[in-house]
Amino acid sequence: MLNVDTIKNGLVIDHIKAGFGPQIFHFLGLDKADFSCALIMNVASKKTGKKDIIKIDNIINIDYSVLGFIDPNISINVIKDEKIVRKIKMELPEKVENVIRCKNPRCITVTEHYVTPSFRLVNREKAQYACEYCDALYSAGSID
Amino acid sequence: MLKGRNLIKPNDLTVSEIDEICGLAEQIIVDPNSFSDVCRGKILATLFFEPSTRTRLSFEAAMLHLGGAVEGFSDAANSSTAKGESLSDTIRTVSSYVDVIAMRNPKEGAALVASQYSNCPIINAGDGGHYHPTQTLTDMLTIRALQGGFEGHTIGFCGDLKFGRTVHSLAEAMARYKNNKYIFISPNELQVPEYVTQELDEAGIQYTTAERLENVIGDLDILYMTRVQKERFFNEQDYIRLKDSYILDNQKMSLARKNMIVLHPLPRVNEIAPEVDSDPRAAYFKQVKYGMYVRMALIAKLVGAL
Repeated sequence: MLNVDTIKNGLVIDHIKAGFGPQIFHFLGLDKADFSCALIMNVASKKTGKKDIIKIDNIINIDYSVLGFIDPNISINVIKDEKIVRKIKMELPEKVENVIRCKNPRCITVTEHYVTPSFRLVNREKAQYACEYCDALYSAGSID
Repeated sequence: MLKGRNLIKPNDLTVSEIDEICGLAEQIIVDPNSFSDVCRGKILATLFFEPSTRTRLSFEAAMLHLGGAVEGFSDAANSSTAKGESLSDTIRTVSSYVDVIAMRNPKEGAALVASQYSNCPIINAGDGGHYHPTQTLTDMLTIRALQGGFEGHTIGFCGDLKFGRTVHSLAEAMARYKNNKYIFISPNELQVPEYVTQELDEAGIQYTTAERLENVIGDLDILYMTRVQKERFFNEQDYIRLKDSYILDNQKMSLARKNMIVLHPLPRVNEIAPEVDSDPRAAYFKQVKYGMYVRMALIAKLVGAL
């Protein structure tokens, strides 16, 4: 069993789908962080068999909607004085911007790079998003 | 209030706004001279980044009939786009000169981007295979003028229903009105996409499918023809077996009701035999004229002239 120090004040991003940890770690810029943080992969999970966890020894601002888009099953524990003071459950956001780019070669965002890629939730059950510009459909669960 | 608004997709307009535009178009048809000066001093820019004959000329004729002026280009090669200018810069520049812009661009979503940078209303005159809202308005005005309204029609959509954007837009637009029924007539390969039928299910619209036009033409109030292209078929045998089924001729017209109308977004290739043109039920050239009138009404409303 791998041991990672307890966090005093910070965040634990838990229940990340196994394999998605590195993407989120990089997306949050933690690879360039000057404080302690840990990416733990393939941790045993009762619910899903395996999961990834990110521990951050700092209270940082996180775009929760992006995490909800990547995986709505993620939960975040806010730690203060080594105790969980708040649990945040993710959900699929109504809109995501600057997270993925449209891959439809006919979409205007492919050639006009200044346009902010924007996707709206069109089917919550299927976790399906549509490009705001060309309506091409995408499934939630990944970032570029 | 339509003044200053953009028209990017057909359902940007509410049912009452469509009534407002079609009502004005009908007034213009009755007495065009009364409207020949309402846009004096206003300028329409037609920015066509890809070729088009009828849509561009229809917009330009519409503005000229309203007493306004027209400027623009009919090919991206004749614009600063050829020098690498971004769409946003083109739109910022042109919208400083004019009162309304009609734009066709091969990229899907281009009209929406244009609307984000424009100082004047943007009318989407086609953004790739995505939306062509003034074609839908044209189809709707034709239906209203020739069939008395938008409700209680059995509409047959025939041909390439998979890729035909005009079919999808009209089917969605007419689904907002009561008691319309659809018959989708196409080969299996070119059936209407699931996202369209899902919307029809949600709207409670009754629809059926058919493989042969001659089997259902007698049930229709409106027949909306589109072209079936050979290259859309998976194999040549199916194309040979079915191609005649999607060509409208006098023999098939003899099976249709006396008050049915035939619409087509044009250009036609061979899916309607020329012999049908003289049939009083052939409405596709009247539809072209209605297209100009409905664009007149739309332009007048968006620039706040009426």
